[in-house]
Formats: sequence, structure tokens, C-alpha cells
Amino acid sequence: MLRWFPENISTYGGDIDAVFSLIYYIVGVWFLLAEGALFFFVFRYRRRAGRAAAYVRGERFSELAWVLVPAVIVLALDFGIEAAGGPVWARVKEDVPEHALRVNVRAQQFNWNFIYPGPDGQFDSADDVTLENELHVPAGRDVEVRLESKDVIHSFFIPNVRLKQDILPGRTIRAWFNATKPGRYELPCAELCGFGHYNMRGFLTVHSADEYERWLQEQWPAAAATAALPAS
Amino acid sequence: MTARAVAKATPEPHHNRHSAPQSFWRKYVFSVDHKVIGKQYLALGLFMALVGGFTAYLIRWQLAWPETEVPGWSYVEPDFYNTMVTMHGTIMVFFVAMPILLGAFGNFLIPLMVGAPDMAFPRLNMMSFWTIFTASCVLMASFFVPGGAAAAGWTGYAPLSADPVYTGVDWGQNLWILALALEFSSFLMGGVNFMTTAINMRAPGLSLFRLPLFVWMQMTAAVLFMLSVGPLIAGAVMLLLDRTAGTGFFLPARGGDPLLWQHLFWFFGHPEVYVVLLPGFGAILEILPVFARKPIFGYRAIVYSTIAAGALSFIVWAHHMFISGIDARLAIPFSVTTILISVPFAIMIFSMIATLWGGSLRFPTPMLFALGALATFLIGGVTGIFLGSAAVDIFMHDTYFVVAHFHFTLFPSALLGGFAAIYYWYPKMFGRMLDETLGKLHFWITIVAFNCVFIPLFLVGMGGHMRRIYNPLQYDFLKPMQPIHEFATIAAIVLLLGQIPLIVNFFWSLAFGRRAADNPWQANTLEWATTSPPPHENFAAVPTVYRDAYEYSLPGNATDWLPQHVPGPALKAQEQAA
Ligand code: HEM
Ligand SMILES: [Cu+2]
Ligand SMILES: [Cu+2]
Repeated sequence: MLRWFPENISTYGGDIDAVFSLIYYIVGVWFLLAEGALFFFVFRYRRRAGRAAAYVRGERFSELAWVLVPAVIVLALDFGIEAAGGPVWARVKEDVPEHALRVNVRAQQFNWNFIYPGPDGQFDSADDVTLENELHVPAGRDVEVRLESKDVIHSFFIPNVRLKQDILPGRTIRAWFNATKPGRYELPCAELCGFGHYNMRGFLTVHSADEYERWLQEQWPAAAATAALPAS
Repeated sequence: MTARAVAKATPEPHHNRHSAPQSFWRKYVFSVDHKVIGKQYLALGLFMALVGGFTAYLIRWQLAWPETEVPGWSYVEPDFYNTMVTMHGTIMVFFVAMPILLGAFGNFLIPLMVGAPDMAFPRLNMMSFWTIFTASCVLMASFFVPGGAAAAGWTGYAPLSADPVYTGVDWGQNLWILALALEFSSFLMGGVNFMTTAINMRAPGLSLFRLPLFVWMQMTAAVLFMLSVGPLIAGAVMLLLDRTAGTGFFLPARGGDPLLWQHLFWFFGHPEVYVVLLPGFGAILEILPVFARKPIFGYRAIVYSTIAAGALSFIVWAHHMFISGIDARLAIPFSVTTILISVPFAIMIFSMIATLWGGSLRFPTPMLFALGALATFLIGGVTGIFLGSAAVDIFMHDTYFVVAHFHFTLFPSALLGGFAAIYYWYPKMFGRMLDETLGKLHFWITIVAFNCVFIPLFLVGMGGHMRRIYNPLQYDFLKPMQPIHEFATIAAIVLLLGQIPLIVNFFWSLAFGRRAADNPWQANTLEWATTSPPPHENFAAVPTVYRDAYEYSLPGNATDWLPQHVPGPALKAQEQAA
């Protein structure tokens, strides 16, 4: 089953997949038991001459135990699932790491704009670099994305990273990931945002660390880049 | 007050007790008879199902063979695709599932099952039908206004839905809001009737715990609807004002907040799922004991579970919003309440399965559909656990996994449960039997094709496939999954064609079907205690109820059934008091 998932390339994606597998095995067993009982009863108790149906109302506690005991087990397993899922959720969505590499994302119908600070290292200054539909990050580093939308709700989705986060116009939402494997990955919008929604396609490029530095400097406006170089 | 006294104090005793001949219009069009109104709802729901099915066909064709001409139509453009997805969801939930399950069968059966001559407020009942009829006309008209029909998804998320600049749809979206508002008021009128009738007009001896489970389910659904719809109606008014009067409730540029709409929508939207689910369950619960010849297993446990699930449904709405941008710390409490709902549903499902244990099962078409609904609903139930876990939902949200999941909950209850109900109660409604051969053909095509359409979509969803995507071939990571889309589309076409036997059966049997006996299935509940079809005031004399609804194969009884209204051993002394 899990082979259907896109390859995971993030530090926390494996945890999400593991919670999925855990649930898969738990509910898989229950599903087979329930479906098995259903089919078995249908076959076993089909009408036959000379055999009457049993008169069982399932009101006495001893009878009802057949239903209540499994239900209590379901309850216990539910809490198990929550116990496994809670920390993963917290890691992905609550604990945005400090000192991460930051990229600002401005979504709009039907484009992703990725904004990098220029050589001065500051956002919202003249030398900011804006790339359309191209997000580049170094492998093995925490990356924080600050998500904003110009118009409607979009959803920032990188399947290979197992990250999805809606972007609400009027707010800035923080999300993060740490991609471990260099390569180029697709970055669709997951929330219906208008007729071009299906075509709101970006790319995540994961570089090795040095390659990332080189790539970054290539993006800087020529003059600013040379001014900054000696410092680095 | 005893049930008998309550029945006497009924608020609006049937006005048309006179047996004077009624005009054609009074009898068939503007009828106040709950049975006629039920049939009107059934006709409306089945007609809208054809429209909804056709939208599904266009969607599925586009997904399998993107940007090719659809046979019997033309090209589907991206904005029209969004319209199709929006109208499909809207039509199926509000104009097919609710009219068939609540409108048709709730109306037809509640008075009969409680032994009443009509609904508590027959005129209100008539008005509720004509209101939803108007709502349907408004919705259909929206296809023909400039700019086309609504295109912001059936959930109508703002700001997409709040300003025409974002979708290009202007009047279509306004009419969508208007149609929904009308539909809601229709079901509010219906809900008042359901509750008042089921509580106040019960026949003497019919205590609450002797009510057929179908009535319990309808009552719970009515309460859920009435308690949840208020905020959404408020939201709909605000949305309309944003669109037409320059307010900014949901538009950040004017100081509003898009999340507000989502809270209002899902506070209604989740209970709404149970509004559709429970009546389908009710139909299944009526049918299983009759064809297993056994009492329902754990009647009280089912009633309490239903109420518990209904109550819980009000504190889970944010599970649709895990990654919407709400405070991340809210996710875990909502995840816990969501997963808790699996317990009452597990009790209901286990009880249904246990009802079969030790039975003497027979398999006419209604039973096949009831069992098919149960078997497939299990898939919907277990896959909900994945989405209820906030961590897994990060990946699964807004993918085809969700699409597959909700079709596996709504299709079994709304359509399979609805079909089970049609086959089971058709004799009572129309006085004729449906043809069994055509019925079984319909069942097998439907159940096989349905699974072939939606099981593969779980896999596509696990592959990360986004929903509401016009052309999946835009993405490299989706291309390998294209054969699955093709398979699902072929299955969907089979599924749609598989409804032809039902249509033929329905009309052929109306004219030529075998005449139905008053109680062809040898069932115990009160609707079978009158003629098929029932006369204008339902019962020649108000029936008296002596026992529970599901006394089948009672030891010492001469037959394997014992109708509620037949004098004899009063079972379970404790229940007479209730
Ligand atoms: C004839 C069988 C059906 C088929 C082939 C079908 C097909 C589909 C497809 C392919 C989608 C997803 C489109 C997309 O995300 O791009 C969809 C969405 C949906 N369907 Fe169905 N469907 C069927 C029956 C039903 C029924 C019976 C119900 C409810 C009672 C239903 C409710 C919905 C809803 C609520 C959506 C979501 C719409 C949205 O995303 O805005 N469908 N259907
Ligand atoms: Cu978008
Ligand atoms: Cu929900």
C-alpha cells in the first residue's frame, strides 16, 4: 500500500507515513474482521428449511457484551492512534524551528512567487529576489516559508515533503520543512482557487549545500552581488 | 402525559377529514397528504440524481481523457469543470440525498410508522415541498445566467465565493446562495414536522422505546439539522451581502476574515453528513430484522449511540480545517473528538452485523441493498480514521483519498440506502411489487461498479493526487496514475448505465407490477398495518400498539412475526411505563 506514496524526502515525512501505516494495520484488521463476520453470517445463516431464527434481542448485558467489548477496544485503539499522531502533528505544525533559512511565499491566482533576500540578507529591501514558481533550498537545512496570499485561499503542497498548508489572504502563516534529497519536485496548489487552479504548478529544487550558495549568488543582481562577495 | 393523552392533544388535528372529492390540483399537486408529498420529494430527488449523475459523467470523462470532447456534450473548459464539481456536490448532498432520504421516506413513513393520520402540520409540509421545488428551479436556472453557475466548490470557500472577480461567476453564485437558503428553509419546515409528529402523534401504546429505529434516526437527523443550520444561514446572508452590498465579512481587503466562513460552514457541514447518513442507516435498520426474521440486536444501544454521535458531531467541525490556518494547537482536541465518534458508529455497525447472527436470512432486493450498504459503509467508516488523525490529514487533505472516503460514506447511505428503501417500501407507496429480476440486476451492477469507481481513488489519493483538478496531466507525478482514472471512468459509466434497470422497473411495475399485499414482507411495524397504498387518512381506526417494533421469531408464537398492533402478549413490562 505505502508504495503508492510519492517518495518522501523530508525529515518528518517518514513520521507521517508511519502514523498512516499504524492506522492502516489497525483498521485493516478491524475491517477484515467486520467484513468477514458479515459475509460469514450471510452465508451461514441463510434461510434453510427446518431451522428457525434465534430470538436474541441483545438487550441483556451478557449479549450486548459482544458489541460493547469490541467498542471499548476500538476506543482504546483510538487513543493509541492519537498518542502516535499527536507528537508528529506538533513537530510538523507547532514547532517551527528557530534560525531556519527563510523564504517568503506570495501566492496569487495562479502563480507562486518565492522571495529571497538579496545580498544584504534583509527582506523587503530593494535587492530582494523574486522567482516565479521556483523554490530552491539547500538539502539538510531547516527552511521556513512565510506564506501570504494576494487574493484567495491557496494551499502550499509539496507531496514529496508531506507538507501542506493553506494560505489565507490577510495573514502570514509560518510553515517549515527540511528536505534531505537533492532533486526537482513538483509543488501544486491544493485548494480550489479559480479556473487556473489546476495549473498553479511550482517546483521545489533541492540543492546540495555548496551548489545552493552558487545558485543563490547567480540570482543576485550583478552589481549588488559583487559588492557583497568580498564579505562572504 | 401518557402517549394516549399526547395523541389526543395533537396541535393541528387533520383539517380535511371531509371525504368530499378533491380537485386534481388539490389531490396531486398542492396536496397536503404526507404520502403524496413524499412521492413528490421522491420524484424530485430522482430527477436531480439524473442531473447530478450527468455532472459526474462530465467530471469523470474530463479526468480520464483530459480535454477531449465528451460524447453527448462538447469540450469541458476549466471554469466549466469547476462549475461541474461545485454543482455535483451541491446537487448530490442537498438535492438528492436529503430529498430522497428525509423528504421522500421521512415524509411518507413517519406518520405511518407512528400510527398518525398525517404530519402534525400538513400545510407547512406542502409548503416545505414547494419551497425545495423552487430552490431546485433556482439552482437549475443558474446554469443559464451569464457567467454560468457557481464555481467555488460545494463548500463555497470565501474569498473565492465572495467576489465575482475571482471566479468570473456573478449571478450564478448568487443564485447558488439563494437556492441553498431556500433549501434550508424547506428542511427547517420539514424538521419541525418530523419532530412534532414523531413525538406528539404517536399511537396509544407507542412509547419512545417502541418507535421503529427509522423514526429515531429521522428525529435525530431533524434535530441535528435544526441546531446546525442557523449559523450557516447567517453565513449565507453575509456572503450574499459581501457579493452584492459591498460588505466585507469574509474579505480581508475590507477587514473581514475568510476563516469565519469555514467555521460557519463546517459547524453545519459536519452534522449535515449525519443528517444524510442517519436516515440511510434507519432504512437499513428496518430492513435487516425483517429479512433476518430476528429482533434488531441492541435496540437501546443503537438509540443511545445515535444520540451520542449526534451530540459529538457538533464538536468536530474543525477536522475539516486542520491545515486551514487555524491555531495549530486546536488540532489535537478536534482530532480526539473526531476519532471518538468512531465508537458510537462501531456500536451501530456491530449491532447491525449481530442482528444477522443466528437469523434465517432471505435475500430479496431490499435486503441485498441493505447488506451492500452495510458492507461498503464499513470502508467509509474505517477510512475516516485516517483523516481524523491530524498528522495524516496533513498529507491526505484535499486529495482523492478524501473524495473516495466521502463517497464511501455518502453513496452507501444516500443511494444504496435509498435504493433499499425504494425496493422495500415501493409496495406500500404504490400498491405494486417491483420486479425482482430487474432489481437484482440493478443491485449487482451498482455494487460492483461503485466499488470499481471509488476503491482505486484511494490509491490515487495516496499518490498525492489533488482533488478538483481539471487536468491531471499537468503534473509529472500524476501521469503514472492516469490508467486508474480511465478505469474509474469506465466503471462510472457502467454505474450510470446500471441505473436503467431501476428506471424501467419503476415505471413498468407502476403499470404492470404484481399487486402488493398489505404486508408483503410480513413485517411488524405500523406502516404495514394499513392497506397498500394507504387511504387518505392512513388507518381505518387509530391502531393501538402492544409491543416493540422487532418481535420476530418470538418463542411460543405461532408465526415468526408479531405486528406491533396485534393484541397478544405485551412484552417487557418495563416498557409500558416508558
Ligand atoms: C454516480 C456516482 C458518482 C460519481 C461517478 C461521482 C464522481 C465524483 C468525482 C469524480 C468527484 C471529484 C471531482 C474532483 O475533485 O475533481 C466528486 C465530488 C463530489 N461528490 Fe460525487 N460522484 C458520484 C456520486 C455522489 C453522491 C451520491 C454524492 C453524495 C450524496 C456525491 C457527493 C460529492 C461531493 C460532495 C463532492 C465534492 C465536490 C467538491 O469538491 O466541491 N457524489 N464526485
Ligand atoms: Cu491556488
Ligand atoms: Cu466532518
